[in-house]
Formats: sequence, structure tokens, C-alpha cells
Amino acid sequence: MNKLHSALIIAVVSLVTAALRFAPFLLFGKRRRKDGGLISWMSAVLPFAIMGMLVVFCLKDISFTSAADWMPQLICCALVAALQYFWDNTLLSIICGTAVYMLLVQLVFI
Amino acid sequence: MTRAQVVKKAFKTSLPVMAGYVVLAIGFSLLLGEKGFGFWWALAMSVFIYAGSMQYLTTGLLAGSVSLVSAAVTTFMVNARHLFYGVSMLEKYKDMGPFKPYIIFGLTDETYSLLCSDAEDLPLAQRRLYYFLVSLFNQIYWVTGTVIGSVIGRFLPFAATGIDFALTALFVTVFVQQWKQTDDHVPALIGLGATTLCLVLFGGNSFLIPAMLLISAALFALKVIRSRKQQKEDADE
Repeated sequence: MNKLHSALIIAVVSLVTAALRFAPFLLFGKRRRKDGGLISWMSAVLPFAIMGMLVVFCLKDISFTSAADWMPQLICCALVAALQYFWDNTLLSIICGTAVYMLLVQLVFI
Repeated sequence: MTRAQVVKKAFKTSLPVMAGYVVLAIGFSLLLGEKGFGFWWALAMSVFIYAGSMQYLTTGLLAGSVSLVSAAVTTFMVNARHLFYGVSMLEKYKDMGPFKPYIIFGLTDETYSLLCSDAEDLPLAQRRLYYFLVSLFNQIYWVTGTVIGSVIGRFLPFAATGIDFALTALFVTVFVQQWKQTDDHVPALIGLGATTLCLVLFGGNSFLIPAMLLISAALFALKVIRSRKQQKEDADE
């Protein structure tokens, strides 16, 4: 294995990742935005759409071939959503949801 | 708020990420170790790349010794979603002063979800410090997990299976929180619906970029529809 090549791969991955994170600020950061413009509309509504996207992104590996491949995730997502909706305590929702999930994948759906 | 209170608030905010990051970073180090890359490699990746799912994938790129071009293309495909985070943080991160480069560098999925609708009411100087600290604490957890994983990871028991669900749970709580904050649920539903549709159509490995394009198009259409409606109402009055 060529160490230099490995180091270069890591450098490329780092640079492309950083470039993607910095690009919007470099492209649109300096420009003065008028209210009602496309960029200000996008920055207002994107957070809502992005969180929906991230939730689905986390669940991308579920499949419906056997119960163990989807039930723990979907049950616990519903549990977390319900806890958060009614109690409004982020840490509590995450701890309960994760604990139940761990029980399910370790003891119930093996 | 005093400086100490800002630090405390930032720490409290970052707590949900702690467990998930430490565990996922341990998993990353173990995987990288299996491919023959030890402590310093793992540490360098968690310091400089600092992107969870990409680091997992990079272990494969390293093992396969892929070309630099295909490493760049893979990174672009997997991390293009960060473009979205930047666009939606343009306003919030506008006046971050000396902290700005680091908080942009540290804008991971999890940091984004903690900060995208948080602390808008703090005065600027405190907000800067707060955003910086939440970003920094998260990376500290990630690096700590990486170090634990490459030093003692092999001796850890496996009872932690499933603890990485903490990050999924975090995204669900933020989603619900945002849902409660607004009466306009169309953008949230566009995010869920468009991504699900693209996952079904394109499969788990290549749905993110189509999903981003579809979300952008749908949000743009929503803007056009609403401003037309507005114009029509204005004209009717």
C-alpha cells in the first residue's frame, strides 16, 4: 500500500468536503440580498426541507424483507417524534428512543 | 448572559450529539484499523475531513487505493448536501468574525441540525461564541471517539449495538421541533416526500443529489406559486 497515495486521498476528501461547506458563503456571502429574492427564500425554507431529508437519509438502509429490518427504526422514530411533540424535551426524547432501540435490536429483533 | 453561561448553554445543546459521535467515531477507527490504518491516520481524518459518513466511505477508498479523481467525485456525491447547509446558514453565519472559518468548516449534519433554528435571540458577541463552541464541542466528541477507537476499541464490549440511533433520534427531534414552530408545513413535507421518492427511484447509494435537485425545484415552484397568488390577491383588492 502506497502511503503517499493514501495521504493524498485523505487530502482530496478533506478539500472537497471543505469546498462544499465553504462554497455557498464564497458564492453568495458578499452579495447584498434583497428581501423576497431567491436566496433569502431558500435560506428561510431550506432548514425545514433539510431536516425531512436527513430523517429519510438516516432510514435509507431499512428494507421490508423481514420485520427486523424496519420495525426497530420506525417504531423508535415514532416514539421519539411523539415524546418530542408532547414533552418538548430533546434529551429525554433521544435517550428514551435510543434506549428502546438498543433493547429492540439486541434482545427482540435479533 | 455571562461567558460561563454561554459555555454551559453550548455544552448542554451539544449533549445529544456526544453519545452518537463518540460511538460512531469508535466504529470508524475500528473499521479503518481493520484496513491497516492506525492511530495517526484515524486522527488526521477526524481532524481534517470531519464528516461522519464520508469517513466511513473513505476507509473503503483507502483500502481500494482508488484514483484521486474518483475520491473527489465520491466525496462530491456524498457530501453535496453540505451546499444546502451553507445556503441556509448564510444569514445566521454572516457576522461571525474570526470564528467564521471554523464554524463553516465544522458544519456537519449534526452541528447544522443543532444550530439551524437556535439562539437567534442572543446578542451577536454571545451568538458568535455559542455557535463556535457548539461546533467545537461536537468535533471534540468526534475526535475523542476516534482516539478511543484506535487505542482501546478492540477491547470494548459490543453491548453498544444500536446506540448510533441517537443521531437519527436527534434529526427526528429537530424535525418535530421545527414542525411545532411553524404553521407552514409544506417545506418540511417537500423534504420528506422528495427524498423518499428519490430513495425509492434511485436506491440507497445515489438518491441524495436527485433529492436535493427535486427539493430545490419544488421549493422554487412553491415560491413562484405563492408570489403569483399574492400578486393576484393584491390585484383583487
